[in-house]
Amino acid sequence: MDNLDRLLALMTGDEKHSRASYSTLDVIQVLYERVLDVSPDIVDDPGRDRFLLSKGHGPMAYYAVLCDRGFFPESWLPTWGTFDSPLGHHPDRNLVPGVEISSGSLGHGLPLGVGVALGLRGQGLSSRVVVLVGDAELDEGSNHEALELAAALGLDALTAVVIDNRSTSYAVPGRIAERFATEGWQGTTVDGRDHDALEKALAERGVGAPRAVVATVLDEEELAA
Amino acid sequence: MTTTTLIRDPRTQFARTATHLLEDDLSTMLVLAEISARFFEDAIRDHPGRVVNVGIREQLLVNVGAGLALTGLRPMVHTFGTFLVERAFEQIKLGFAHQGVGGVLVGGGGSFDASLSGRTHQAPGDVALMDTLPDVVIHAPGTAAETDEVLRRAVAADGLHYVRVVEQTNSETFAGPGQHVVRRGSGATVIAFGPVLDEVLAATGDRDVTVLYAHNVRPFDTATFRALLSTPDVVLVEPWLAGTSARVVSDALRDVPHRLLSLGTRRMELRHYGTPVEHQRAHGLDPAGIRRSLESFLDG
Repeated sequence: MDNLDRLLALMTGDEKHSRASYSTLDVIQVLYERVLDVSPDIVDDPGRDRFLLSKGHGPMAYYAVLCDRGFFPESWLPTWGTFDSPLGHHPDRNLVPGVEISSGSLGHGLPLGVGVALGLRGQGLSSRVVVLVGDAELDEGSNHEALELAAALGLDALTAVVIDNRSTSYAVPGRIAERFATEGWQGTTVDGRDHDALEKALAERGVGAPRAVVATVLDEEELAA
Repeated sequence: MTTTTLIRDPRTQFARTATHLLEDDLSTMLVLAEISARFFEDAIRDHPGRVVNVGIREQLLVNVGAGLALTGLRPMVHTFGTFLVERAFEQIKLGFAHQGVGGVLVGGGGSFDASLSGRTHQAPGDVALMDTLPDVVIHAPGTAAETDEVLRRAVAADGLHYVRVVEQTNSETFAGPGQHVVRRGSGATVIAFGPVLDEVLAATGDRDVTVLYAHNVRPFDTATFRALLSTPDVVLVEPWLAGTSARVVSDALRDVPHRLLSLGTRRMELRHYGTPVEHQRAHGLDPAGIRRSLESFLDG
């Protein structure tokens, strides 16, 4: 059992819980281990890279990775969700070191990310801003306001990573990548479980345009089908 | 510091002061959503990286402001109050308040500047809605000079501020936050918030009442109010939804048996056009309307 599995088990109390049940785990792990320039000792550094978890539902994978990277102690995990725990079922940036935005209500992360990218650009900082959204989260129209403006302003510091586990009710195959491309984003679609492919896709910064990485993550049933 | 020449129109004044703040303070940025962009042509030209027009995208307008604040900047965020506060309220609640970052939201139009435009462009509920959030500082400047002062103070401060900029004005400017004592009397206390003071003064005439005025709507200056209270009869006059400030008066007088009359815009839809003055009259906020309400409340 690797350390992330062990940390997840501290929250679930279930050692048999497969990591395949966490659609965001691989992407977040690759970002923090291989891509982003952020760590507990630069958590307040204006020049750090930012990861914004927009899809705040099911934050166990996020908590496990942050804990593994040393942002907060392991002793926080078993009591998550209890009254005095800093770890809620949606993350709160005011309570958890390393959490950049408090999320849970869908459709806020990408617009906030546009603001963060503009603020960094306005201060001459070249940090990257990576926003994780879910495919069903893109139902929210607020994302499309952000998507259009980010491209119009050429926000190349911004990367949207879309976890596509086909959870939207009205999925159209290929639509997510097409929509980003139509608006002028650069991007690619990768296997959301393949760490090397994710690293390659996420390490690349857009050139004069924001970048979208669609990470396809099918659960075990879908894979078997 | 860039000196700001004062003019009469609060909205033009807002644009001028905001432009000067952009010049003087590198921690500021301005976010617009088309509305009022024509007032900011100089700022857009001189500070292209620090003025962002997001287009007709109000949810994005507010969250871009919040995102700027997350990087340590002090954003000024502006459109009509109805689109800023009502359409994008969750963005204010979560983007600013829940994230724990501050900014200066400037809502134009108020309750009936857009008298010709109907309900779609009117926000009588903006102050009440903002007042549901913790620790919001709410300003309703009554003159262009107060608009200048309030905006500078809000930008220099921390936390979330809402500045309500409307075309209606008072004749006199009062500097500084808190309750200003306009007139001392031995009877009831009449509190005027924002640009209703001229009407309140005309309506109270030579009545023996105390008239207080504040453009700083929240936090409420309880200390001055209590210190000046004579008879425990209180009349609130505010040019937005009637009763919006009733709770702060009740809180301030929780240990004092008192009577309270809350005047403001009526809850029902007017469905009339015409001029702001006609709307003011329809809501009973003209001098004659306020006088009638005072007589009925105080003289019974």
